Amino acid sequence: MDEHAARLHRLRWHCRRALLELDLVFQRYWQRVGDDVDAEQAAALERLLEMEDHDLWELVSGRCETTDPQLNGLVERLRQV
Amino acid sequence: MKITQRTFDAVIVGAGGAGLRSAIQLSESGLKTAVITKVFPTRSHTVAAQGGVAASLGNSEEDHWHWHMYDTVKGSDWLGDQDAIEFMCRKANEVVIELEHYGMPFDRTDAGKIYQRPFGGHMSNFGEKPVRRACAAADRTGHAMLHALYQRNVRANTQFFVEWMALDLIRGAEGEVLGVVAMEMETGEISIFQAKATIFATGGSGRMFYSSTNAFINTGDGLGMTARAGLPIQDMEFFQFHPTGVYGAGVLITEGVRGEGGILRNSAGERFMERYAPNAKDLASRDVVSRAMATEIKEGRGCGPNRDHVLLDLSHLDPKVIMQRLPGIREISIQFAGVDPIREPIPVVPTAHYQMGGIPTHYSGRVVAPRDGDPDAIVPGFYAAGECACASVHGANRLGTNSLLDLLVFGKSAGDSVIEDVASHPKSLPDLPANAADYSLSRLARLDGQVDGESVHEVQLALRRTMQDHCGVFRFPDLLKEGVSEIMAVAERVGRSGIKDKSKVFNTARIEALELDNLIEAAKATMIGAATRQESRGAQARADFPERDDINWLKHTLWYREDNRIDSRPVHLKPLTVDTIELKKRTY
Repeated sequence: MDEHAARLHRLRWHCRRALLELDLVFQRYWQRVGDDVDAEQAAALERLLEMEDHDLWELVSGRCETTDPQLNGLVERLRQV
Repeated sequence: MKITQRTFDAVIVGAGGAGLRSAIQLSESGLKTAVITKVFPTRSHTVAAQGGVAASLGNSEEDHWHWHMYDTVKGSDWLGDQDAIEFMCRKANEVVIELEHYGMPFDRTDAGKIYQRPFGGHMSNFGEKPVRRACAAADRTGHAMLHALYQRNVRANTQFFVEWMALDLIRGAEGEVLGVVAMEMETGEISIFQAKATIFATGGSGRMFYSSTNAFINTGDGLGMTARAGLPIQDMEFFQFHPTGVYGAGVLITEGVRGEGGILRNSAGERFMERYAPNAKDLASRDVVSRAMATEIKEGRGCGPNRDHVLLDLSHLDPKVIMQRLPGIREISIQFAGVDPIREPIPVVPTAHYQMGGIPTHYSGRVVAPRDGDPDAIVPGFYAAGECACASVHGANRLGTNSLLDLLVFGKSAGDSVIEDVASHPKSLPDLPANAADYSLSRLARLDGQVDGESVHEVQLALRRTMQDHCGVFRFPDLLKEGVSEIMAVAERVGRSGIKDKSKVFNTARIEALELDNLIEAAKATMIGAATRQESRGAQARADFPERDDINWLKHTLWYREDNRIDSRPVHLKPLTVDTIELKKRTY
């Protein structure tokens, strides 16, 4: 398995969260993108997954916004899945 | 395959509240302690607990542990063990204050004490009037608790094995537990964790239901391992349901929605709660509303193409009310039901929330299983705490805020018992049986070698559908009978499931297949327990046996994997120091 594929495998597991809401959002996200995640997107996802679950849900559900331009696109995508 | 062998004084499986609380006890006492966890500790499902933790601190008004004990026994519909309940309620203040000292940011009164608020079922003076007993950290109590416990473990040098999955218990010739076999997700490598003590704190199995509020990690792993090791699981028929989870997703819609005027409707648009609870209507208690919804669905008045849900209608409310007083609900509806509740009703179903049953334990956290006529015989080396365990303090029904208390008290208690047991048997580690990992390896080999295996996803879906349709909030004899045969058919399919991706690195497909092996054991215990228990008590509501039957069923159900054998243990009606809280009808 190449490094990028291993990275995506790890990311999929890191999308297992403490809150059902987030599990469902990330499940839909992976169904939508499959393995079509490039290095830049993977880096954004890694950073997003560092967040605490409640804060992440507030962001994904639109109750707050990120000031980080690199995360904007991903957050918008998660809101739409 | 190379098997690494690691040795510890104690190995804990699970790093939610119970596992972390046990680990503090052990590490601070100097025992070499390993914690194995599928996800990073602060991603455990304890994070989702919002309400608070019960303790009769009496900071806001007079309170007493004995009143708390009375409420818990009554809440349990007298199936809880009164010695364990007394133990928990008496220990509550101590564990909450310890948690405060660990840095838990509890809400405060103006005088600087821990602020307490009322919570359903918690009363003063033996059921007289509501009392403020719940200690909370805003609406993030579980999250704050988990962080405080984790930081304390870091200080105590607990050794974490993060993103490892325990696969099976190792038992010796005398039935004693000698450790676990576990897989490192990053490499797929298998290790033996040999230990003088093994504590399970693996959480619940709420994912067995199609509609569940539980996160994906809650697959009953501890229950599966326990059942496969030949030990019983107790009282699994008692599952707490919440009436309004979003259909198809399970995400909770708070009771506050009905409080603001939300109305439940069936396929004819009828406000059916008027028939079931003419006064309280949609605001009747959780179990009444859930059973009414299940009856509407069973009798063909459900909504949608499968007539399998009802509708929660808010469309008559002023949009401003929805936007201002129910923040979050609109986002949840749009995100998970695809409807804007300002214009359209939200599809909802009764949704599984908490598992009252589990691995039977003494209040010391030691696992018990009947042996040689002793219903409470200890399984040496084996301990359990939290939702995966059944002490039993919740009996047939759990009171809100008692789950966080359970994991603190019994997490600590299991830790203390390990310290005591290790000190009284100071000899070196017991010998492992030859080829201790063989059983786990054979399960992995079966999975990897399966030809034309059934999709894990499909089988898991069949499992969850079967449980929801046949063993939901209201249980009907015909559906239970069918349910038992169907869940056994699903179990056979689990044994034939396969994965296409055989890679080693973070292979989520393999992990999900192993989780399914666990979930099916919990599901069989639940379905068979529900079909066996011919009474209604707490969360077990049978249409054909509508009353509690203390003559025949005041006992704990035990389910064994081998031949689906059912046995029972007596309920401990005698508390530790006070008089028995005598049986009576549970009314509020």
